[in-house]
Amino acid sequence: MADQTISIQSATAETPLVRLVLMAIAFLFLALFLFLPLVVVVSEAFRNGVGAWFQAILDPDALASIRLTLLVAAISVPLNMVFGVAAAWAIAKFEFRGKAFLITLIDLPFSVSPVISGLVYVLLFGSGSVLGPWLKGWGIEILFAVPGITLATIFVTFPFVARELIPLMQDQGSADEEAALSLGASGWQTFLHVTLPNIRWGLLYGVLLCNARAMGEFGAVSVVSGHIRGLTDTMPLHIEILYNEYNFAAAFAVASLLVGLALVTLVLKTAIERRYAD
Amino acid sequence: MDLGIQNVSKAFGATAALRDISLAIHAGELIALLGPSGSGKTTLLRLIAGLESPTAGQVFFGDEEASGKPIQQRQVGFVFQHYALFRHMTVLENVSFGLSVRPRESRPPKREIEMRAMDLINMVQLTGLERRYPAQLSGGQRQRVALARAMAIEPKVLLLDEPFGALDAQVRKDLRHWLREIHDRTGHTTVFVTHDQEEALELADRVVVMNEGQIEQVGSPDEVYDHPAAPFVHRFIGEASELPVHLGQGQIWLGGQPTGLASDQIGLALLFFRPHQIELVDDGSPCLVGKIIASRRMAGTRRLDLLVGSGGHHVEVDVPIDHPAGQQDMLTFRPKVWTLFPENEDEAGVRRKEAREARVVYPRNRSAGPLRQYEPSCS
Repeated sequence: MADQTISIQSATAETPLVRLVLMAIAFLFLALFLFLPLVVVVSEAFRNGVGAWFQAILDPDALASIRLTLLVAAISVPLNMVFGVAAAWAIAKFEFRGKAFLITLIDLPFSVSPVISGLVYVLLFGSGSVLGPWLKGWGIEILFAVPGITLATIFVTFPFVARELIPLMQDQGSADEEAALSLGASGWQTFLHVTLPNIRWGLLYGVLLCNARAMGEFGAVSVVSGHIRGLTDTMPLHIEILYNEYNFAAAFAVASLLVGLALVTLVLKTAIERRYAD
Repeated sequence: MDLGIQNVSKAFGATAALRDISLAIHAGELIALLGPSGSGKTTLLRLIAGLESPTAGQVFFGDEEASGKPIQQRQVGFVFQHYALFRHMTVLENVSFGLSVRPRESRPPKREIEMRAMDLINMVQLTGLERRYPAQLSGGQRQRVALARAMAIEPKVLLLDEPFGALDAQVRKDLRHWLREIHDRTGHTTVFVTHDQEEALELADRVVVMNEGQIEQVGSPDEVYDHPAAPFVHRFIGEASELPVHLGQGQIWLGGQPTGLASDQIGLALLFFRPHQIELVDDGSPCLVGKIIASRRMAGTRRLDLLVGSGGHHVEVDVPIDHPAGQQDMLTFRPKVWTLFPENEDEAGVRRKEAREARVVYPRNRSAGPLRQYEPSCS
């Protein structure tokens, strides 16, 4: 009897050898492609000691790039939060013509190369366009200035919040909102007391991803920025410039800041996912 | 509060959910909207609440036309099918919600809101659970929170969408009695949607039977059960067996054979009767003859599946458990209570075709010779 029970194995359980091989492949891959670069960035950043690291970070141009990156993120993330909630709301709670088209449109920034996203703004606001010279006449600079960088960043990071919320809101349906309305709540009260709490974790998650991308975006921003040191260079652009000047220590120092941001985002994301599971 | 629904139609795109419905509901009544899925009963309830607006027609609250009023101003207590409790709020917060979102000038003080919410929580017998979250409650408890929450806004009407649909049988029965009690105590005009005829018959003062976006019959449980106004109602409420018959010479005929049932009408008709409302005939007088194809034990009786007449129409009858018919091949019987619905030639043709197709489905066991040969045995 005992012999028989030993041989019984769950249908989905693999043999120990297969399990070991699968796990080894996964870990090797992660170490080689994800962990190793991380280690290289951090070790290169501190190659010349902590003093050199601080020197690189406190360089006026580096500080300007950090400020610009934070400014762009501070403008584009809240805007995309509002746009994202509005788009997800429209798609999840209403039936209308062109809904499928709108969903495709939201995905557009994901499917188009960031460089092309940047080029679109150059075509829209460049000196050869209709809009650019007209705005210039009013004293408004879009291209090679903060507005252009912000616009490109908003475009590239638009899908994050909406993509996170659409399935969540579709899944929840509108019964809760209907209940709130039937109890006498106004539209705004319903949103504030019922809808927002229902989507808060998804929203926060989307905002985190959006923020990480907004700070790290290179391609689109590179096209519209013009690379004016200390003026229109964001952190990723500044890193590239430093790297091209063979100033590796400084380049990796600024890069380590971006990596740090990514790690904080990851930790927050994991913490939120744990909350989600409750 | 009287409710009036006048010539209301509702279409979703090209599909008509309600077709020209009129209904008067009196103050304090407990009304059931009963019908199969897709019959438009939930749409009608949502129209009364203001969650949908009619494509045509009007809804009256008392003497006031309410069709254009938003749901917030209608003061209806709506209990949703899956309760729609706010999951991030406690039971107390859920029940208080309706009062605490009122504009400042009509909002009671915080203390009073809590007191009134606690009163309702006591009434729905959830005292002690007011700090729990919906996820920590059973289905029946959630249902009662939903009801307390709807009643907190002192609604003029209480509307319930499939209130017991998601609960298991025993809880469902308890809550049914309990809802009736609360209704009798508070006197709210109450409308609930159900597809469960037993629930509708037991609970409601009047039952509105709906089918394909139209009202088939409105009446007390006794009326719709004993005097169904249409074949659909007879089929949908209670159990029914039906036979296509011919009327003439003061009698009802089935396939050229007299049935022993009297009728002074002439023409084609459908004969409806209930399986338990039959009498067995063994004196050789005119009756219905059926070949027994299956015998099943129901709770207190034995249910026999019969093929009746030359057309082999499938009917069900109940006989006492100890009756020897359970072991026989043939049964001779007559309905004690029956209903006739006249039929025109076209419908009859269609229905006979359906009956022929359906006949193939029924199992024919044992030595099934031509059915005709059994017929003369009791005429």
